[in-house]
Amino acid sequence: MSTDTEHEVGKGDSVHAGKPVTVDRYTGGARINHWITAGSLVLLALSGLSLFHPRLFFLSALFGGGQLVRAIHPWIGVVLFFSFLGLFLRFWKLNLWKREDGTWLARVRDVLTAHDERLPEIGKYNAGQKLVFWSMSILIIVLITSGIVIWDEYFAAYTTIEQKRWAVLIHSIAAILAISVWITHVYAAIWVKGTIRGMVRGSVTGGWAWRYHRKWLRELVDKPAAKDEKRTAAE
Amino acid sequence: MFPPVPNPTTAPQGPKFGEKDLMRRSASTVTPPAERQTEVAKLIDVSKCIGCKACQAACIEWNDTHPEIEENVGVFENPHDLTPDMFTLMRFTEWENPETNNLEWLIRKDGCMHCEDPGCLKACPAPGAIVQYSNGIVDFVHENCIGCGYCIKGCPFNIPRISEVDHTAYKCTLCSDRIAVGQGPACAKACPTQAIVYGTKEEMKKHAEGRITDLKSRGFTNAGLYDPPGVGGTHVMYVLHHADKPEIYAGLANNPTISPVVEAWKGVTKYAGLAVMGVAAVTGFLHYMVNGPNRVSEEDEEAAERLTGDRSS
Repeated sequence: MSTDTEHEVGKGDSVHAGKPVTVDRYTGGARINHWITAGSLVLLALSGLSLFHPRLFFLSALFGGGQLVRAIHPWIGVVLFFSFLGLFLRFWKLNLWKREDGTWLARVRDVLTAHDERLPEIGKYNAGQKLVFWSMSILIIVLITSGIVIWDEYFAAYTTIEQKRWAVLIHSIAAILAISVWITHVYAAIWVKGTIRGMVRGSVTGGWAWRYHRKWLRELVDKPAAKDEKRTAAE
Repeated sequence: MFPPVPNPTTAPQGPKFGEKDLMRRSASTVTPPAERQTEVAKLIDVSKCIGCKACQAACIEWNDTHPEIEENVGVFENPHDLTPDMFTLMRFTEWENPETNNLEWLIRKDGCMHCEDPGCLKACPAPGAIVQYSNGIVDFVHENCIGCGYCIKGCPFNIPRISEVDHTAYKCTLCSDRIAVGQGPACAKACPTQAIVYGTKEEMKKHAEGRITDLKSRGFTNAGLYDPPGVGGTHVMYVLHHADKPEIYAGLANNPTISPVVEAWKGVTKYAGLAVMGVAAVTGFLHYMVNGPNRVSEEDEEAAERLTGDRSS
């Protein structure tokens, strides 16, 4: 069925023959969207950690002191929420769970030892990436909700102190998890060489796609209309 | 009659306590002084209060605050709640005693209790924004306050208020600036019936005992001292005629403690959280050291070229 194929490739994904083959993975819009999210997440982590543990309070100097951290942290959170919402709308379909994801996850030992040849063929995202996507989606909803409850400057009157106590506890636990997921995400991108250029320049090599996302590559190659269009545009 | 704190000399004098007497400092570690100063306390005898609000007026005057003029909604509280400009508030309760069918007018002067184990200080993330002196006074240091409102979540008595003007937290200081030069708190000085008295904590407990004996002899069998052990005792204490049910005094907390949610947040979450993030980072580092990078091979590139070549030609 054609709809199934469409789920595996994103808008703007296409293959360019050559040596090496290059594969467009992220459009300019997706990359800008991603880096706004990334930047705000880093700023949120630094400012949030400065209020999380006394030993990290020195981080508040990066933002011009504690008063400024208190004032801007929630606003960066608003930026992150809407920016991530953009990513969510772009990528949620491609992150739906597929049968091969279970197999991939069951062979996590092969994943971690880089025996990618023993893994099933994977669409645009593997199970690890999907888990990062969905856990971040959930955590960001938890963070923005609990964050608004403790945003005393504007919302102090709407909740009780007991609710705020719970919110601040939930907010810090969700933030710890989100930072840990972020560490995993960044590490995976560093570990799997050739990944970062996908989000920087927008394209990956054919070998990269073949090795890690072969199902995605095959479907792109089989998608003649889009490919021809792109080729004429590129040539 | 408790002998009031005598008027001070007019000669200038140095403060009786300061930085060197800090027992606790928010978000910092301090070495508590080897010798603790005599603990001070304010005793509020609810049974002697006539609700005149002289204490509120004295508090406003001494601290030079300017509470907003509010609407009269037909209750005696004025203002309606503690505010960043009103550190103490008379709270009025009309309570019908089920045993006597008498209406009792309960008046409690609300404000910071100066806990021995202060929840505000425990919750505060800003180094030095909240301090506790060895005489028991818990004070807010405004130049270090960041206005986050964590103290509000830490406080078991719902006392601190954040100013919308300078975005810092305010509450009763126990007139630390007056006590530092040998005077009593402004509210105690202004109280016309000696419902508020000030002295060492020991003196206050002794004075309270006499008051409680007197109240019991008048039929208030449950009269007692409110010095809640859940927060390690307080440096503002009440004499209550119904000490068995403090909640009837405008919701005074019955056996208050720092909320377990706050304890979990400031305790296990803080350490476990740093550990989880640290483990994630270290695991990544070790994984890279052991396995090295995951690289695309020449064969992978060739396979891709073959795949695209086959289909496109």
